[in-house]
Amino acid sequence: MPLLNVTDLRTSFHTRSGVYRAVDGVSFAVERGETLGIVGESGSGKSVTCYSIMGLIPQPPGRIESGTAIFDGVDLLHCKPAESRAIRGKRVAMIFQDPMTSLNPYLRVSEQLIEPLLIHEKISKAAARRRGLEALEAVGINDAARRIDLYPHEFSGGMRQRVMIAMALITKPELLIADEPTTALDVTVQAQILELIKKMQRELGMAVIFITHDLGVVSGLCDRVQVMYAGRIVETADTRTLFHHPKHPYTRALQRSIPALQAKGTELYTIKGLPPDLSKPMPGCAFAARCEFAAPGCITTPAELGTIAPGHAHACIRARLGEL
Amino acid sequence: MPEPILQLTDVKTHFPITRGFFFRREVGTVKAVDGVTLSVGRGEVLGLVGESGCGKSTLARTIMQLVPTTAGTVVLEGKNLTGGSVAEVRQVRRNLQMVFQDPYASLNPRLTVFDTLAEPLLVHKVCPVAAVPQRVADLMRLVGLAPRFLHKYPHEFSGGQRQRIAIARALALEPKIIIADEPVSALDVSIQAQILNLLSELCRKMNLSLIFIAHDLSVVKHISDRVAVMYLGKIVELGPAVEVIERPQHPYTRALVSAIPTPDPDVERTRQRIVLPGDPPSPINPPAGCSFHPRCPYAVAQCQLAVPSLQPSGRGREVACIRSGEI
Repeated sequence: MPLLNVTDLRTSFHTRSGVYRAVDGVSFAVERGETLGIVGESGSGKSVTCYSIMGLIPQPPGRIESGTAIFDGVDLLHCKPAESRAIRGKRVAMIFQDPMTSLNPYLRVSEQLIEPLLIHEKISKAAARRRGLEALEAVGINDAARRIDLYPHEFSGGMRQRVMIAMALITKPELLIADEPTTALDVTVQAQILELIKKMQRELGMAVIFITHDLGVVSGLCDRVQVMYAGRIVETADTRTLFHHPKHPYTRALQRSIPALQAKGTELYTIKGLPPDLSKPMPGCAFAARCEFAAPGCITTPAELGTIAPGHAHACIRARLGEL
Repeated sequence: MPEPILQLTDVKTHFPITRGFFFRREVGTVKAVDGVTLSVGRGEVLGLVGESGCGKSTLARTIMQLVPTTAGTVVLEGKNLTGGSVAEVRQVRRNLQMVFQDPYASLNPRLTVFDTLAEPLLVHKVCPVAAVPQRVADLMRLVGLAPRFLHKYPHEFSGGQRQRIAIARALALEPKIIIADEPVSALDVSIQAQILNLLSELCRKMNLSLIFIAHDLSVVKHISDRVAVMYLGKIVELGPAVEVIERPQHPYTRALVSAIPTPDPDVERTRQRIVLPGDPPSPINPPAGCSFHPRCPYAVAQCQLAVPSLQPSGRGREVACIRSGEI
């Protein structure tokens, strides 16, 4: 049985200018100890998916229209607040993109670091502080005994992200959701943080959902990848298959627009047009308007995710018919 | 190399750190840019890479004369910008325009696209007032936006379109050089490619020089003719883009190149990555000798003694490392 099983999740935002279907029927599962990458551009619904699971969607304007997210037998979307509080922050933890804004600037690192422990475990403050020190050392912060009493502004960006990771992992969660944890960091620091996440995952045996828009980051870290576009999953496969035999035109286009894979001096491949307006109904494939292989049928026929090989599914009707 | 259009000689930009309110005293200096010598040729694209805090943006601002230079000269087409009066600098600055990282912050939200693009034309009186609307419409087409968007406000555009507007604004005065400070970092991959294509096409068509600042080496490699790698206010390696990125000589460049995640799972799983320990040191109190030595895997005792200068190392390359021949 998978650790987390999400079925038909639909989250929309009701605003004055219409209903935006940010997540539109997303289903996926995460096994124990595996790393799942969720890739997509801004507005593809990758963050909203995870925020919905964690109950972090502000309601209103957000509304979870349907779906279930079963974590170890408990439906996170429909359980009692007390039940979800017992899971969130303890068994499922999250780290965010911007370590500058996700730490409380008014609190010393020590206070925020041990807060999850004080809430979720019967532990004395002194013992929690010892655990906090160990956690800081585990994420590679030198001189942790002195630094634990500093304020977040006294840390650099990479250090703050380490503190965030230490805080998320202090309760030894079974699932870590990382929402673009390296996007705001330099490449050299990104390399450090990715190594750290891998190391902590090995030590704790936890599952990781890694949200990113960078296919390069995914390739080294994730076992499985799902690509999202306009609130839907368009392709999901294990990392090697996705990189070597992508089927969906959007996955291919995304891969082709990475500068590193293209010859210098030639014009870079670009995806024409803009992502669709999520407040308008889309009966067919959401990517049809930008797709170079779109046929008239693509705009009207619903594009359901269909399995083509064990673990490999995509939502392109033309690729499934063998036309691409 | 084409004839140089911009020449920097030993440019230093230091910021004083002061303490006290009534009795202000200097307690130190941040050496943001510390002795940069660099030239940019006509029509050339120079990539400038480095981690945050290495001084690449300060260098850009120094070239623009947006911050005062502490020492050294910035010479644009024979005119020294560093010694000039405000009026002179303003005149010369027409030839020097900038595109900033965040198109959400760099456009005035209260001005329509037309107002934004017309402002430089009116300030510098480049064309008769009656000709301004035509000129603005031409600029829009030049960057691939339909002139019917002229009377919209920045918030009505997507990030990529806003960056196009910012580029059009920079082009309004027909500058010789554009400095683009991380112009694609805030954009999605598919939009990034569009903006990169636009920039390199414009450079070719208008024989523009471009200083392209970024921390993403794969982007820099794609767009630049030459690359300069900065670390803590100094240039540590300089040379043709492909050479520097495919065969880096300075240990820092090697680490930077190795830190880029490759979008190929087979390569990524097997390769050895150089993970630099620690963060870049503070430019207030840089380490003695080569400022990279505390993080350098190849450092020897001698590295702490003298500051290495950029030395030619063949094929138009220069590197600032005393061990560049051995490692």
